[in-house]
Amino acid sequence: MRREMIQKLLPFLSLIALFVALAIASPHFLTGVNLSSVVRQTAVINIMALGMTLVIVSGGIDLSVGAILAFSGVVGSMAMVAGDSVWIGIVVGVLCGFAWGALNGFLTVWLKIPPFIVTLGALGIARGVTLIISGGLPVSGLPRELTFLGDGTVFGVPFVLIVLLICAVITHVTLHSTKLGRYTYAIGSNKAAAVYAGIPVGPYTIAVYAISGLLTGLAAMIETSRLMTGQPTAGQSYELQVIAAVVIGGGSLTGGEGSVVGTLIGAFIMGLLSNGSDLLGINPYLQQAIIGAIIILAVALDEARKRKFSAS
Amino acid sequence: MLLELEGIRKNFGGVQALKRGDLRADAGQVHALIGENGAGKSTMMKIIAGMYRRDGGDVRWKGQSVDFQKPGDAHAVGISMVHQESLLAPHLTVAENIYLGRETLRGPLLDKAAMHRASGRLIEENNFPLKAHWKVRELSPAQRQLVEICRALHGASSLIIFDEPTASLSESETVEVFRIVRELRHKGIGILYITHRLVELAEIADEVTVLRDGNTVFHSDFRETSMSEIVHQMVGRKVEHIYERPKLTPGKQVLKVDLPGASFSLHEGEIVGLAGLMGAGRTELCQKLFGVTPSAAGEIEVQGRKLHPKSPREAVHAGIALITEDRQQTGLALELPIRMNITMANLGAVTQLGIVRPAEEKTVSERFRDKLQIRAASVEQNAGRLSGGNQQKVVIAKWLYRDTKIVLFDEPTRGIDVGAKAEVFALMDEMARQGKAILMVSSELPELLQVADRILVMRGGKITAELPRETTQEEIMHHAAVGE
Repeated sequence: MRREMIQKLLPFLSLIALFVALAIASPHFLTGVNLSSVVRQTAVINIMALGMTLVIVSGGIDLSVGAILAFSGVVGSMAMVAGDSVWIGIVVGVLCGFAWGALNGFLTVWLKIPPFIVTLGALGIARGVTLIISGGLPVSGLPRELTFLGDGTVFGVPFVLIVLLICAVITHVTLHSTKLGRYTYAIGSNKAAAVYAGIPVGPYTIAVYAISGLLTGLAAMIETSRLMTGQPTAGQSYELQVIAAVVIGGGSLTGGEGSVVGTLIGAFIMGLLSNGSDLLGINPYLQQAIIGAIIILAVALDEARKRKFSAS
Repeated sequence: MLLELEGIRKNFGGVQALKRGDLRADAGQVHALIGENGAGKSTMMKIIAGMYRRDGGDVRWKGQSVDFQKPGDAHAVGISMVHQESLLAPHLTVAENIYLGRETLRGPLLDKAAMHRASGRLIEENNFPLKAHWKVRELSPAQRQLVEICRALHGASSLIIFDEPTASLSESETVEVFRIVRELRHKGIGILYITHRLVELAEIADEVTVLRDGNTVFHSDFRETSMSEIVHQMVGRKVEHIYERPKLTPGKQVLKVDLPGASFSLHEGEIVGLAGLMGAGRTELCQKLFGVTPSAAGEIEVQGRKLHPKSPREAVHAGIALITEDRQQTGLALELPIRMNITMANLGAVTQLGIVRPAEEKTVSERFRDKLQIRAASVEQNAGRLSGGNQQKVVIAKWLYRDTKIVLFDEPTRGIDVGAKAEVFALMDEMARQGKAILMVSSELPELLQVADRILVMRGGKITAELPRETTQEEIMHHAAVGE
């Protein structure tokens, strides 16, 4: 029982260990400037990972989040420039993400294709369409006020951190205390049993992907604000980091397991790794390889934990 | 004598699966091994086939004492086993499966042509409706069984063990298996045939051995005994009544079914049994009523209202629950706590303004845990960690909480122990007393006779008889096997 607790707390302990190690290794780590930059860097991945948590708990996967981020960012930027309004741009960007997510969910349910394939296809389509409508060039000329979303502070607290915390609380409550959340766990744990219990599995599955898309749309506008352009090439391989955050946080790729708190911890581990590598001068190409290795390690540890339980 | 077993013992952990297993099998004879579930039939056969090692007793093969360490040892002397569940590689061809694990080589390479030719010959000699190059995944369950038989025949077997070969087969496929078994017997091969279907005995058995509670209790030439003697030996001390249900007067009609081949009704306070051989269409009937496989024709009426359920959701809303025969596949979310499983079909009742009330949910699930005596320290325990009987009670709790008028039980006692069985029956009785209407599918005839108020019998997708609760196993078997 004690072992079980320790292994469940493993991601949290890793985060603390990483934090302490970096504080010792680099004098630049424990500074307000650096920590707030970690928060800003992590926020985009973190918000996307909240949506991915729902998807993974439902037993699905969404490989298209990086491409959806680029699409939403570019279309949101174009709307912002055309409408000359930050708000119009943000709403359009978020809706774009929502629509892609809903479409992903709908295609999985309607065509009965595994989400891996649907979202892999959507990745290609969204990325291609984004490059076509932008002509491959960044959308510029965004209103100056947009910087506040990504770089502003409220009483010294980064605004993105507030946005992230609000999203996290809402997602947590959704996952743990609403029908939608409960059915997400039920569908991910045993879809047939959910159907036999009279749960409308199709609509709930679509809702899960739509929420993931919506959060990705929001993340897209934060990313746009940080870059101050709508980049058609933004979000490359973000799906890797996002899925890694969920899995490190205890999400199971076979569904039925995962939590918002775990995902936040997972995303911050990823953020610290990347920040630490920068501070310590580790090759950014190597960082990507490290992330990949950590995903495998996290899943291997989790599998070992589960096997131990079923054996006992 | 080809094979002799004397006083075989086998324990699994603390459980004595086999206490005293005796058997004598001759060449050119079909020796039927019969007994209820858990009597020790499969254990004994797996010891013969070298899959388990015995804890005691003696096995003699052609007069010599033998001790097989692994399946290969048994196969080497000419013993093979046709398994109940197909152990084939679906993406490989028939020929590749026949030779799986004993491939013919030519130097370092597979001699595919030779294996293909030899498989073709084997199939032809036996007149099997197969082709060597067919992929196994495209075959029907019966054809897969034939591939298993080919595997057994390959390498000159003198004894073949069939472990309930017809369990998943249709009527005509079963007839085909009988034909093949008879042909093998004609060639002088000894056959051990495990079954718990009495009706199959008359078709093929030369000799019969009955196992009960891990002991060989009876052996006879089939022509010198009777069905009732065999049933008596199987069940032992006159059908043990683990639960006795008093007779109730049924109330008003709540379900009226008028589907092709299946017309019947259920009343308040009534438990109706549904008997039949495997593949008779009992599960399919439940699935039609529950909207899993919507019925194209016919009519269903629930409490006077017409219903054409196209999904379980519609059926549940109309007041029908289905407790499926496979709780792991379709009954439970194994990674989720008992609490969430219990409220899953009625989450709205503990939800207020869209938020699930944790305190109420806990109270509800603990109430059901206590009421159904689900043995778990806490309702937060994962359903996957419970025993079969307790898992079944969680599924029942889920539907009790949903409180549907009609409850369909498909094999409610499969894989649960005797104590839990009695508890499940008591729950069913209580549900009936509360005015629910219950349909109970079961292959365990003694249980149907104890619990049901009347018994419907299905055969070949049709209801062929309706019998009163005073009927007998023989009567049910008669209608199940040869109903008009």
